[in-house]
Amino acid sequence: MNQLLYTLQIADNALILGHRISEWCGHGPILEQDIALTNTALDHLGQARSLYQHAADMFNALSTDEKKTLFSSTALQNKINKGEALDEDDLAYLRDGWDFRNLLLTEQSNKDWAYTVVRSFLYDAFNFYFYTALQNSKDTVLAAIAEKSLKEVTYHLRWSSEWMIRLGDGTEESKARVQEALNNYWTFTGELFEATTVDNAALADGTGVDVAAIKIQWQERVNTVLDEATLTLPANVWMQSGGKECRHSEHLGYILAEMQFMQRAYPDMEW
Amino acid sequence: MSTFSTSQIYEWLQQVTDPEVPVLTILDLGIVRGVRVVGDEVTIVITPTYSGCPAMDVIGINIRMALMSRGFKKVHIEQQLSPAWTTDWMSEDGKRKLKEYGIAPPVRKTSDNPLALFEDDNIPCPRCNSEHTELVSRFGPTSCKSLYKCLDCKEPFEHFKCH
Repeated sequence: MNQLLYTLQIADNALILGHRISEWCGHGPILEQDIALTNTALDHLGQARSLYQHAADMFNALSTDEKKTLFSSTALQNKINKGEALDEDDLAYLRDGWDFRNLLLTEQSNKDWAYTVVRSFLYDAFNFYFYTALQNSKDTVLAAIAEKSLKEVTYHLRWSSEWMIRLGDGTEESKARVQEALNNYWTFTGELFEATTVDNAALADGTGVDVAAIKIQWQERVNTVLDEATLTLPANVWMQSGGKECRHSEHLGYILAEMQFMQRAYPDMEW
Repeated sequence: MSTFSTSQIYEWLQQVTDPEVPVLTILDLGIVRGVRVVGDEVTIVITPTYSGCPAMDVIGINIRMALMSRGFKKVHIEQQLSPAWTTDWMSEDGKRKLKEYGIAPPVRKTSDNPLALFEDDNIPCPRCNSEHTELVSRFGPTSCKSLYKCLDCKEPFEHFKCH
């Protein structure tokens, strides 16, 4: 059961950030960057699919009683009561907001280019070291997904690091805006390294990652890039958390309303 | 039906192409990881190039059609993620066909310093062979390609990324 919740946490990060980034499709400042973000969104969605399918397989192996306690949405309860097996789409489209476990950082809005770049950079640096460590998971499916995803995340981190430097060490305007974005989104970085009961249990049984340990690597990477970008590391910021324990900001409801609408209005539709 | 040999099946798979880069077959790409035959059932193990590559679903359908038309009753497609696909598995013949098609093939073994910033591969132009080229974007029209331009013949071109 814990392994299922742990997998959902990783899958939700990939889906929600992927969805956010996909909102840039057709709106990028220049064609090449529009394509870059659309590619990145596709990587995240692809990773989310593998993770959700793994979670669904674990879910389907649970007893009926256990299944009923996990998700509260009527749509999922109906499927469970009918004895239907769940798949990746059910977990993405039919769970309610309070069953999502993504980090608050991933659901924050795109705002402008600077905010989008900062959000990606802070997350990509985390994701790179997270997947690096997850390759050693005792859950061989998670380890394989991590090995595969790490190659894609490497592109993401290079892209967002270079944009941090380009904007920070750019014009007065770009520097001020990226610094503002950094100051405002820094409050969501504490949660990256906060171990929940799910994290601790996954770490104890060898399937999870020690998030406290990757903080050192993350901080080192962030410092190097901020130095190069001539940006100032925010200090003494109060850290906001809760996403990993299903307490979300207002943003998530809007994301899900848009993303889940078709499946909720027309159950099991395909195209 | 008579049982088919694995080598016969590989011959048929050599006719299944990548829908996004049609000069490459799935064997050229190096995504076929195994073939298992039991009677009139066959299992093809493939590995995705990128996690979100939409071509994978189409490739699965095409494999199924190619083998069912040869008499298999059941064709199973199994996905294997580890070891992760790399362009090191692309055939030399595949690289030659890519270049002829106008896409610069992957030139090196996968990255030794994946996090180096502002460092790009030196990719020769597939049209005029000039090494005087410039990266436009590490992301292209499909996940597997980046965008370059040639500073001599002035043509833009796609590069199949070293992955």
